[in-house]
Amino acid sequence: MKSIIRNGRVVDPKNKIDKKVDVLIENGKIAKIGESSQFRPGDVTRSTVTIDAQGKVVTPGLIDMHTHLREPGREDEETIASGTRAAAQGGFTSICCMPNTEPVIDSVSGVKFILATASQEGVVNVYPIGSITKGQKGEELAEIGKMRIAGIVGISDDGKPVMNAQIMRRTLEYAKMFNLPIISHCEDLNLSLDGVMNEGFTSTVLGLKGIPRQAEEIMVARDIALAELTGGKLHLAHITTRRSVELIRQAKKKKISVTCETAPHYFSLSEEDVRGYNTNTKVNPPLRTKDDIEALCEGLADGTIDCIASDHAPHLDEEKDLEYNIAPFGIIGLETMVPLILTNLVSKKILSLDQAIAKLTVNPANILGLEKGTLSIGSDADLTIIDLNLKKKIGSQFTSQSKNSPFIGMELGGFPVATIVGGKVVMKDGKLI
Amino acid sequence: MRLKHKDLLGLEYLDKEEINLILETSRPFKELFTRSVKKVPPLRGKTVVLLFYEPSTRTRTSFELAAKRLSADVLNISASTSSVAKGESLIDTAKTLEAMKADFVVIRHSMAGAPQILARTISACIINAGDGTHEHPTQGLLDMFTIWEKKGRLSGLKVGIVGDILHSRVARSNIWGLNKMGARVYVVGPATLIPPRIEDMGVKVYYDLDEIIDELDVVNVLRIQVERQKENLFPSLREYNEIFGITEERLKRAKGDLLVMHPGPMNRGIEISSSVADSSRSVITEQVTNGIAVRMAVLYLLAGGDSQAVTK
Repeated sequence: MKSIIRNGRVVDPKNKIDKKVDVLIENGKIAKIGESSQFRPGDVTRSTVTIDAQGKVVTPGLIDMHTHLREPGREDEETIASGTRAAAQGGFTSICCMPNTEPVIDSVSGVKFILATASQEGVVNVYPIGSITKGQKGEELAEIGKMRIAGIVGISDDGKPVMNAQIMRRTLEYAKMFNLPIISHCEDLNLSLDGVMNEGFTSTVLGLKGIPRQAEEIMVARDIALAELTGGKLHLAHITTRRSVELIRQAKKKKISVTCETAPHYFSLSEEDVRGYNTNTKVNPPLRTKDDIEALCEGLADGTIDCIASDHAPHLDEEKDLEYNIAPFGIIGLETMVPLILTNLVSKKILSLDQAIAKLTVNPANILGLEKGTLSIGSDADLTIIDLNLKKKIGSQFTSQSKNSPFIGMELGGFPVATIVGGKVVMKDGKLI
Repeated sequence: MRLKHKDLLGLEYLDKEEINLILETSRPFKELFTRSVKKVPPLRGKTVVLLFYEPSTRTRTSFELAAKRLSADVLNISASTSSVAKGESLIDTAKTLEAMKADFVVIRHSMAGAPQILARTISACIINAGDGTHEHPTQGLLDMFTIWEKKGRLSGLKVGIVGDILHSRVARSNIWGLNKMGARVYVVGPATLIPPRIEDMGVKVYYDLDEIIDELDVVNVLRIQVERQKENLFPSLREYNEIFGITEERLKRAKGDLLVMHPGPMNRGIEISSSVADSSRSVITEQVTNGIAVRMAVLYLLAGGDSQAVTK
């Protein structure tokens, strides 16, 4: 079984490729990359499927290292089946799912359930994240080693911080043995309390309880200090403030093992967008200020911020159609991430296309220890084809089971047009196959 | 002249001319109260729903009287806030009221933004009767009307708002309104009860009332809630009273014609002493009367009424 992607501009940051070449796929692996003239007659036969990528960009399959698939427990919001389809729709070939399900993925049986369901019902690669503590209660370590053997690629109590610094210290030390990243949700709960948006002028005017930026920054600083103490592999999830970026930049200069991600809504929207009380802008950490957006862009450009991840967090209409105070936190992101990055970062020349693709491929792969995110010969034939010129208005219909997006109605430019997983086309021309 | 929006959601969204219009229109309604028959017909056949998710005697009865004196039919719906999360959603309640063909919905809710949800869901005129810590526009209007009536102007006056600014929708509406009308606003209270970046709303912040008491033309005293003490926002009511309480002693340095206001209900002996509350400076009971007139003006203008033909 062979197929060839012809005439596309191939961008593979890992291998420093950015040129017009063809990609030959054989038995689910990358078999050959080169200009048309470099292919011998035997490479392409009559049975080889041709995919024309003229005028498009061909990249290693994109990786979203931070999603919530809600299964098990909240299959009304999302399932592994629907979430992986949303991923394919959005151009992603590999996604990580966070363990804050019902029950929490804190044991081998949970990990096995995710992997088995994903292999039966999923359409993209699914890599489970295990919890740090049992039940994500922040009290006792989960069986991290056993879950590692079962297939987790990282640990996180995401949705909640590990408030106890001693437990965080032990985790960073213990997980070193398995080379697992500890994905930290940075939030000092005593400071964030029952806040619902960024604390500042807008929260004062709207009469909504604020979450000070320091709730995030204090934990970023704490975790960096603990990473320095332990040598553990720290990854900071959804970074949103200027000082967080500065702290991470300094830590990296001191060669502390820390990486981080931000999400598209944090550089696309600000606290101003909460005016009107649209609960689809309610997200944790909250949307910040224009100054923070500037700092995030600087951090993305200079490499302080390694990855962009969606923090895809599906919620039902009836959960979100409530007063701002009681609506749940979360934004879906799988289907809007690529166009938001292309529109708000690449078109504005904040990131080159190569830099942007690196943050969705080789960088998350390195953090998670995945042999993914490249088009090296012999690697899995996971690819994404992107049309940089395709302009579309985000509609209110999504492949995800939920539609809690603040981007509905927004016109964006640059969309994935094909998603290929292990040589198999799962999305083409914006339609799932 | 008419109001520009179908709803009254907050004083942030009104301009100076609209506020003037409401104040001017309130005056003839207030005069009506001296007549033996206090009822006029402009809202005959209209239905006003009072949708109260928070207990309130003062505001609810004030709106009820205002609507009845305009000959509207009034329907009271009280819902406990505790049922909000699990009971019928606000949007469903709104759709029910729409189906009942309510012309006005006056909403009081413990959560900021609830009136906005109603306003974008249904076609009735929505009047915000206080939403969480966001706004309480008719209170702001009646406070301004009271000052305007007593002082003959708003522009150039110095108004102090004293107390828990952080949790006060009354403070926010007063700040928006008074600033638009050219008054100067000072907020005074414990540092823990001053919301972040309130200065950007165009006010000056003081932690010491005695520093400015002699300059003020009006002091608007807010209710301090004992629950805030449990959240460690201040150590004790006694200490609060000592530092921020409005007492005869503290007012010795004030201007002779300083007006003392309070939106009620008062904690006598805590944020305000009884002797001040009952003194000749106090216009607290007059605020209640004015509240009805101002709410009549709001209902009347939102119904499309002409300011020239108010009580005919």
